[in-house]
Amino acid sequence: MNYSGLKVIWEGLTGNKGWKPMWRDPVPKPEYDVIIIGGGGHGLSTAHYLAKNHGITNVAVLEKGYLGSGNIGRNTTIVRANYVLPGNSEFYSHSLKLWEGLEADLNYNVMHSQRGLINLFHSDGQRDAFVRRGNSMINQGDDAILLDREGVRRHLPYLDFDNTRFPIYGGLLHPRGGTARHDAVAWGYARAADQRGVDLIQNCEVTGIDITDGKVTGVQTSRGAIRAKKVAMIVAGRSSQVAAMAGMRLPIESHVLQAFVTEGLKPVIDHVVSFGMGHFYISQSDKGGLVFGGDLDFYSSYAARGNLPMVEHVMEAGMTLMPMIGKAKVLRSWGGIMDMSPDGSPIIDKAHIDGLYVNCGWNYGGFKAVPASGYATAHLLATGTPHETAASFRLDRFRTGRGIMDEEGTGSQHNLH
Amino acid sequence: MRITCPLCGTRDRREFTWQGDALAIHRPARDAGPEAWDNYIHLRENPAGKTRDLWYHDPCGTWAVAERDTVTHAVHSTTLVTEVPR
Ligand SMILES: Cc1cc2nc3c(=O)[nH]c(=O)nc-3n(C[C@H](O)[C@H](O)[C@H](O)COP(=O)(O)OP(=O)(O)OC[C@H]3O[C@@H](n4cnc5c(N)ncnc54)[C@H](O)[C@@H]3O)c2cc1C
Ligand SMILES: [Zn+2]
Repeated sequence: MNYSGLKVIWEGLTGNKGWKPMWRDPVPKPEYDVIIIGGGGHGLSTAHYLAKNHGITNVAVLEKGYLGSGNIGRNTTIVRANYVLPGNSEFYSHSLKLWEGLEADLNYNVMHSQRGLINLFHSDGQRDAFVRRGNSMINQGDDAILLDREGVRRHLPYLDFDNTRFPIYGGLLHPRGGTARHDAVAWGYARAADQRGVDLIQNCEVTGIDITDGKVTGVQTSRGAIRAKKVAMIVAGRSSQVAAMAGMRLPIESHVLQAFVTEGLKPVIDHVVSFGMGHFYISQSDKGGLVFGGDLDFYSSYAARGNLPMVEHVMEAGMTLMPMIGKAKVLRSWGGIMDMSPDGSPIIDKAHIDGLYVNCGWNYGGFKAVPASGYATAHLLATGTPHETAASFRLDRFRTGRGIMDEEGTGSQHNLH
Repeated sequence: MRITCPLCGTRDRREFTWQGDALAIHRPARDAGPEAWDNYIHLRENPAGKTRDLWYHDPCGTWAVAERDTVTHAVHSTTLVTEVPR
């Protein structure tokens, strides 16, 4: 079924009786060409691009819960291309371009809104770093505008410009940055992959990976054994557990990141605003809720909820930046499990086991990466060679020390990102 | 989350800095080779459930190994780093 404005009006006038489920609920086949473990954003986009770009449709996505039950439905939906390092820069730039064509590609409204992202800075040194970042973004072909204090005030008059500890010196505006509706991204990719024949199998937990003579032959699941020629592990926060089924240890630590949303308010925050000094960022959803968050809780965790000290810290930072936020009531808070890599950059690569692929290390920034990650992972699965935009995301870069991509410049070590 | 400092007793988590997997106290020899160092610095068990990790108690400077659960956030025990067999 193709969605269109006409269809919406027609259904509205005829009692909305003609809508069909967006995807089938197939019984797993005994064998597939490709099995994707994990029905999050990255697994679903990989399935879509495998089918669309490479014509590989004998594919199953195995999801232990329901589609979109992981981080894809838990993030704060920021989409941006403001990376500096070669390797990351071209990848996120490619992703943003895919975002810009995504709704037409999927025939699905993902509510991608390029409302502009403003990163604030509070010292001369920080400004210089943002000038450099902005130049890198422009060199990559993306957009960046340096705002001085008055420039920031024109966009964000509600900030506290009298803060003495972190005075606002200016901000870097990324006009093409913004947000999208996270669930819709999962659903749109799922529907598009299903329409091309991909089997989306929910409530199907992978419990083992079958390997014979150094080659993958299939997986064991809560719904029985399924054979496959290729298996891609795309399970974000659960990467270490799934890789352990193939006897692998990954350079990944799982951490909890929290987020918060207030009651619905009238439009008040038009951009995405980030306040790095206070570890705080915010945007307003189309429903009106203020969506905001901060840093990791900073201890390894698989609980999809955090602890109170970070809640307090985020609220304090919000009050420091925009005191008006104190009037809003927080409705909900939640946490998601992040797959943190030592250098803060991702991994899309073959494993040492023939036919086994790994996609992980998205840290707290994997939502914006969903299109380009699926694109590159599908390319790798189909052709056996990395896509040019993801050629630097090697798994062995930590062991060899070559090609480390420490975007924040804090050191390539767990616990620093 | 409350953590017991072996010297000061049970304190709020705010007083502690997490210092990573307890693997850190088993440093390989200088010449152990790249594989051993990769194992030590980068690769992780990353268990969902029982884990052992390092916590630094900021007010008193104590390093402790905590046995805790990464799923429930329960802290089962803490031991002074110097008392952990190596
Ligand atoms: C609070 C929060 C805020 C965030 N904000 C942003 C942001 O603003 N911008 C941004 O770019 N990124 C953000 N992120 C990061 C982003 O959400 C993640 O990096 C990204 O969603 C991870 O990839 P995914 O969508 O494939 O993961 P997931 O949706 O977690 O997908 C993994 C799937 O694998 C399944 N699975 C696991 N084990 C198995 C198994 N054994 N068998 C079968 N299935 C299995 C899981 O059930 C899950 O559905 C945020 C994350 C959080 C938690
Ligand atoms: Zn103490």
